[in-house]
Amino acid sequence: MPIEGQVRIPSGCAIAGIFSRSGERMSGDDVIRSIAVMHDRSNGLGGGFAGYGIYPDYAAYYAFHLFYQEKKHPDAQQQCEAFLRRHFYIIHAGVIPTRKIPEITDEPRIWRYFVLPLPEKQETSQLDEQEFTARCALRINAEIEGAFVFSGGKNMGVFKGIGYPEDVGRFYRLEEYGGYSWTAHGRYPTNTPGWWGGAHPFGLLDCTVVHNGEISSYDANRRFIEMFNYQCTLQTDTEVITYIIDYLHRKQGLSLEETAAVVSAPFWSTLEEMPEPDRSTQIYLRKRFSNLLITGPFSIILGFEGGQMVLGDRLKLRGMVVGNHGDRFYAASEECAIRAVCPDIAKVWSPEAGEPVIVTMDRKEAAGTCAPR
Amino acid sequence: MITIDAGSLDFEQLGDQLRRLAGEEIVIERCLGQRYIGSGLKNTNIEIYGTPGNALGAYLGEGSRIVVHGNAQDATGDTMSGGSIVVHGSAGDAAGYGMRGGTMLVRDSAGYRAGIHMKQYGQAYPALVIGGSAGNFLGEYLAGGVILVLGLDRPAGVAPVGRFCGTGMHGGKIFLRGDAIPPELPPQVAMQPAAPEELEAEILPLVREYAEAFGVPPAHLTDRPFLRLMPNSRNPYHNMYVNN
Repeated sequence: MPIEGQVRIPSGCAIAGIFSRSGERMSGDDVIRSIAVMHDRSNGLGGGFAGYGIYPDYAAYYAFHLFYQEKKHPDAQQQCEAFLRRHFYIIHAGVIPTRKIPEITDEPRIWRYFVLPLPEKQETSQLDEQEFTARCALRINAEIEGAFVFSGGKNMGVFKGIGYPEDVGRFYRLEEYGGYSWTAHGRYPTNTPGWWGGAHPFGLLDCTVVHNGEISSYDANRRFIEMFNYQCTLQTDTEVITYIIDYLHRKQGLSLEETAAVVSAPFWSTLEEMPEPDRSTQIYLRKRFSNLLITGPFSIILGFEGGQMVLGDRLKLRGMVVGNHGDRFYAASEECAIRAVCPDIAKVWSPEAGEPVIVTMDRKEAAGTCAPR
Repeated sequence: MITIDAGSLDFEQLGDQLRRLAGEEIVIERCLGQRYIGSGLKNTNIEIYGTPGNALGAYLGEGSRIVVHGNAQDATGDTMSGGSIVVHGSAGDAAGYGMRGGTMLVRDSAGYRAGIHMKQYGQAYPALVIGGSAGNFLGEYLAGGVILVLGLDRPAGVAPVGRFCGTGMHGGKIFLRGDAIPPELPPQVAMQPAAPEELEAEILPLVREYAEAFGVPPAHLTDRPFLRLMPNSRNPYHNMYVNN
């Protein structure tokens, strides 16, 4: 067997996104083909997808996707379901359909629940519906051993696991779903061993993040965000990015552009040269949320109800390519992943460092937690 | 001439085939994201249709020529030491990363960090020519060789490079077409109009090579003056961390 130094594994994570501005529903096939081209960026220790608009029949309910580690924690499901019944109406529950394939093994038990908060519970808590739901999801992850909520938004879902992304996509039978927006991730875990829950996308409510990179501000960001009732249970940087965006955008009410200006803030020298009033606004954000500046290499695709946002770090240490073709918007770590599904795309380009590229539906009725304000 | 259909090949299969065919004239069709194409090959001509993957022509050797009909991705010509790469399109980030020799011609634009840490030694003198504009950190840590940016996609008065051009530069030269001052130039980089002898001996030969490769009239490329960026001394960073 070759030892270190004799073998090179050319990995480095891959992300991809496809979006239909008119809300046309696409099967998961295209996004699987797109991410599959970048196979060599992953190492088989994680792949995942987020699809939006996939549960139209249950659009009013939060779709909780859960992993249960049944072998290690046989009571996890029972405990979790008891918790869910105490806090939510459960309108529908069942296993998430999967396909047995040799590439995907040792999967946990994977369940799905469509739920709404019990009015009396929510009223007592004095929280709004989203905050109540988000806190319950975070509480399950922190307190019920062996249970992990990996998706919890309305009319959307995360599907992820250990394996190459194209195999994970087949495992979850994503060709049977129809969504107007898809994101995908192929993983090469750097600081953690790679577990089903740690695969991307990370989600809270309808916001999901796929991430290529390794942020160096992880612990500084984590310490700050944990003061606001978030608990980072998995030690991965993508989890903390997800909570930062949720905090800035949903809780503080910053626009997506302002959120991007906080996490990928321009250099002070660049800020000084900006014309007013941008200069004052940007300096205010830089000072007000200095603990949420994310440093180190990253490129992310944020998925939310009705849109996507592509964002890279302030130095642009990770590649990212985007392009439009008719109704569709495409984004990927490499141009080839876009060409794989849209060979005739006229123009692709790379966003600048820290420059958010935001795409939303033409129809304005989308109003999820992450929808542009 | 040998044609390879890369449609169903991964980077290892394609690389194996290319190494067996070293020294030949090769055409790659339906290329899509395969990395390291032409890596380390000498005296080999490769013409590519499609989108080659990252690190195209890495460690490319003497006498080789790679022509891309389309865009190149990131780290094109990584540490190439000879030969030439011609891109009929744009290049991604870090084009010419650590180049040690040879020539790279990019018809359109390059992403961030083009020409990062290019170096020269003896006869080995790398040259990178970008027809459009370059992103931030052009020539970062530049140690040798020459970078020429023509800015054909920019109006007069707009610099053809992004911010922080030449950060950490301690050798080599960057020539920019036009007289617009690049934004946020580091203090260790000295900017001057290119001297007439530099125009004649260093800029025009590269301009002619670019014009020939892409069929552009050379006169169109020299209608503006050129700026030259160089380190401001032999040891520009001596006070940066410690006195040395």
